[in-house]
This record gives sequence, C-alpha cells and structure tokens, in this order.
Amino acid sequence: MPDFKRPNALIDIPNHYCPGCTHGIIHRLVAEVIDEMGIEGDTIGVCPVGCSVLEYVYFSCDMMQASHGRSPAVATGIKRANPDKFVFTYQGDGDLAAIGTAETVHAAARGENITIIFVNNAIYGMTGGQMAPTTLPGQYSQTTPYGRDTTREGFPIRVSEMLATLDGVAYAERTMAVDPKSIIATKKAIRKGFEIQKNKKGFSIIEILSTCPTNWGLTPLKALDWLKDNMLPYYPLGVYADKGGNV
Amino acid sequence: MEKSLMKGNEACAEAAIRAGCKCYFGYPITPQNEITAYMSKCLPKIEGGVFVQAESEIGAVNMLYGCAGSGVRCMTSSSSPGISLKAEGISYLAGADLPCVIVNIQRGGPGLGTIQPSQADYWQATKAMGHGDLRIPTLAPNSVQEMVDMTTKAFKIAEKYRTPVMILADGLLGQMMEPVNFSDETLSCEPYSFGANGHGNKRPKNIINSLYLDPLKLEERINERFARYEKIRLNESAADYDKGAKIVVAAYGSTARVARSAVDKARAEGINAGLFRPQTLWPFPEKQIKDATVNAKAVLVSEMSMGQMVDDVKMALEFKLPVEFFGRQGGFVPNPDEILAKIKEMEGKYNA
Repeated sequence: MPDFKRPNALIDIPNHYCPGCTHGIIHRLVAEVIDEMGIEGDTIGVCPVGCSVLEYVYFSCDMMQASHGRSPAVATGIKRANPDKFVFTYQGDGDLAAIGTAETVHAAARGENITIIFVNNAIYGMTGGQMAPTTLPGQYSQTTPYGRDTTREGFPIRVSEMLATLDGVAYAERTMAVDPKSIIATKKAIRKGFEIQKNKKGFSIIEILSTCPTNWGLTPLKALDWLKDNMLPYYPLGVYADKGGNV
Repeated sequence: MEKSLMKGNEACAEAAIRAGCKCYFGYPITPQNEITAYMSKCLPKIEGGVFVQAESEIGAVNMLYGCAGSGVRCMTSSSSPGISLKAEGISYLAGADLPCVIVNIQRGGPGLGTIQPSQADYWQATKAMGHGDLRIPTLAPNSVQEMVDMTTKAFKIAEKYRTPVMILADGLLGQMMEPVNFSDETLSCEPYSFGANGHGNKRPKNIINSLYLDPLKLEERINERFARYEKIRLNESAADYDKGAKIVVAAYGSTARVARSAVDKARAEGINAGLFRPQTLWPFPEKQIKDATVNAKAVLVSEMSMGQMVDDVKMALEFKLPVEFFGRQGGFVPNPDEILAKIKEMEGKYNA
C-alpha cells in the first residue's frame, strides 16, 4: 500500500475552492495521472475563465491562462507548435459549452490531439450562479429565478453525445465525481484521454458531472444527492466515442 | 538578394517565412486572402511549419496566443471586420507580453463596409486595439517592398520588447504587384525562454497569464509594460519626409503614394509643398513631423478615412500650426489632382 500523499504535479498550497466543491478532487486526479505517466515536464495545461481560473497556480507543469471559452484554440496553438508535448484544457460548462462552443466543436472536428477535462456542474460558479448551457429544465439559478423554462431558455446541451458525432473525436466519456467508485472511474477515464493523446489518436474529452453546493444552495452532501437524482437521468454516464484501440 | 514580382499580400507572407515565422493561423476574409493561401502552400513544406485555417478570427488569434505562449514565432492576418474579432485576443496577447505579428489589410467600415481599400482602422490600431491599458506598435508600409521590410522589422520589435506588433496596410497594398527584394537575413529560431512548452524538469514552471487579482501586482505589471512602451516610443518611431516645405502633406500607406504625386505636381507648379509619411503610426513620429514642419505655414492630412490621423498630427505639432484634412471614404482612393487642388487652396489661404 503506497503512502497517501499529494501528487507531485499538484503544488502543496491551499486552493480557493468552496467546501464540498469537486474541483479539488478532479485537479488531484489529473495530477495523479500526470505523475503516473511521468509527463509533468512535457505537459502544458490551459486554464479557463471560471472557478478554475487560478489553476495555473496549483499545477506544477507549465500553464497557460486562456480567455473565456478559447482554451481549445489556445491548446491547438500550443500543440501544433509542440506536437510531442501533452496539452490539456480544463473547462467548465459555461466556458466550454456556451461562449466556447465554436472553439470546442472545431478543435474536436479537426481531431486536435489534446485532452479536455470538462467539469459540468450545470451552473456558472465564479460569477455567482447564473444559468449555464447545461442547467437542467426547471433548475433555479440567479438568472432563472423561476426555474429554467425550456419554452424561453431552451434545453441543456449534452456535450459528450454531441461531440461523439464528430469523426475527429477519438475518445469521449462522461463520468461523475461523487463517491470513491465514481472517482476511481473518472481517474481511469482521464488516464485513457492522456493515453489517447500519447498515441496521437486525436481529440479526447472527459466530461465529469460535478457539484456546486454554494450556487445550488445545498450542503455538500445534499449536493451529491441532487447530482445523482437530477443530473444523472439527463446526462447518462458512459463512453460515447472510443477510437483509440488498445492503449 | 533576389528580385521578384509579387503581390503585397504574398510578399508579406514570404517575408514572414524568411524571418523564421513557423506558424500561421488564419481565417478567410477579403482583401487579405493571398496571405492565408500563401502560408497554406508554403508552411507545410517547412520543417516544423504549421498552418491552421481556424474556425473564426477569434479561434485564429487564440491559436496565435497558444503558439506564441509556447515560445514559437508566429503570425496571423486579417482585414478590418476580422481584426475587430481579434481584439479580445490581442488584449490578452498584450496582457501576457507575447511577441507576435498581426497584419491588417484594411477595408472599409464600419460593419461589413466594403472589400475596397480603406484606412479607417487607424484609431482602432493606435488608440484602442483591445480593452485595458495597452499599446500595439503599428507599422505602416506604403509599397510591396515595405510590406517585406516591415514584416521582418515587426518580428524584431515584437521580440525585442515582448509585444504584439501590427502591420497596418490596406487593400490596395495587399493586392498590388511590384518588384521586391528579399534580404538574406535570418532571425534565430530558438524558442523564447519564457515559453510554456514543458519545463522538462530542468527549469521552474513557466506561466503565461494576464490575470493579477492583487492590485499591486497588476499595477506593477502595467508600469513595467509602459516602461517598455516608452522605450519603443523613443527608439522605434519612423517617418520618411521632405524638409523645408511651406505646405506639408501628411499621409501614410497607399494615400502617401498619391500624396507624393500631388506634392510633386505642386512643386512643378512652383508651390513649396512637401510630404510627411509616418512609417510607424504608434509610436507616432512626433520629432520627425516637427522637423518636417520647421518652415511650414500649414499641414494637410490626407487619408482614406474621415481624418483619423488628424488629432495625432495636431498634438505632435502642439496645436501651433493650422491642420486641414482631405480624404476619401467608402473604398475610394484619393486621386493626385484632388489633393493638389486642396494644396493650392491652402497655399492661397495661408499665404505659403
């Protein structure tokens, strides 16, 4: 049994995330994968605008901070100029599926050999809990104070399913980070994404269903239940694209 | 040295490649498409060469950010409406101090405007090329040869001062063909030391970033950047001009060529006219225009816009000389006789 310690790819400083937020867990999973593959020195991470904007402080690999939604384009620029390095983006639902939809879809369509860690918590966190493209029908937010009305605000986007229709996508999986079993499965999916990239198979995206207790107005534990009761039926877990072969 | 007959756009692309630009990110828009096409033809044949046709100008400028941030020399180009879309990315490039070259082959605006030549992005380029406290050194060629020379110079300024640099040309310069010489000068192709390209466990991690939540740190970054801008202002301003004229015509880019003809005609008729042609728009060549107007009674500014350079001329002259304007808009290039008529009118008015 190895000692439980902080991964080297994660710097030993306190983070700014709210109690019960799953960002900390997901950061750790990415860092563990980087450690296990021994690629910290060859990895460039791209941080989004949103709650994880300060990620460049936490990871010990080289980091780049992108403007809102543009991470897949920034990652494209890095990866094309440095094709043998590992490039990942880490994006929330507003960043990836609203303002950054074009960059996401076209990086996927081009089959850019990058890995996207997509944290879907069905809300804008950093700006105070506004409706996201993944906010569920009926869900309350700062900008849907009467609940998301699909006749007015339309419907949530199922990103993994949508991207899986594109030939450039080598791997798309939706997981969640709510309990030890799902966290272990999430880490496996992240590892798969990085392995796909290592083998130059193309675009990989890991969509991770996550909680936002602060903006959902729930305790951390109730937020985990809310995710399972409300998000899981709309966003089924599973592998939506896998063109990687054996990695 | 070799001489070729080339379009301005193609010459600009070739000059960039010769200057060691390995990566280009573009999006189609008229009248700059020859740059993108040339890059798509040539860069894939070069070792390490990268050409990407992005999903939008926004995509292209952010690819530029990623590439420059990873320490590799790179360029994008567009035309007026596309440059507006790139403005967000240019602000981030400036905020993260990333060297790169952005070419604007101007067309008419506002909005979709026209695909005909224009110089109506002067204010945008020199005053407000993105949100926040920033300057973008802006070079203004007036010939295909200068499209070549200034492309090389743009990379040098970008790398010396760690800043995006803009080449502000126009549709006429982009589309016209002229003979050009290419120099054999090559720039170093080592990745920039600040690049986030994997630390290899050999150096501290590099961070490319423009976010500073601590006001003291952001203020410090801005002051440091403006100290560099001050060096650019002192060292890099450039202009080509006649001395001793009574009526000085200030014009840049394509309009300066027309103004040259008008000034020569005026001189043939005995009028003491001269041309002042800024080659950098920011920094505006303040010392040079003072030198050009030592004997001047008045200055005529001529542009393919509503007179966006007029304020810079007035300020550089400290409001001591009368400054008038003649321009055409909508895609028209002024003709020499129109400018000559204005010179004659001013000669009488100011007793030059």
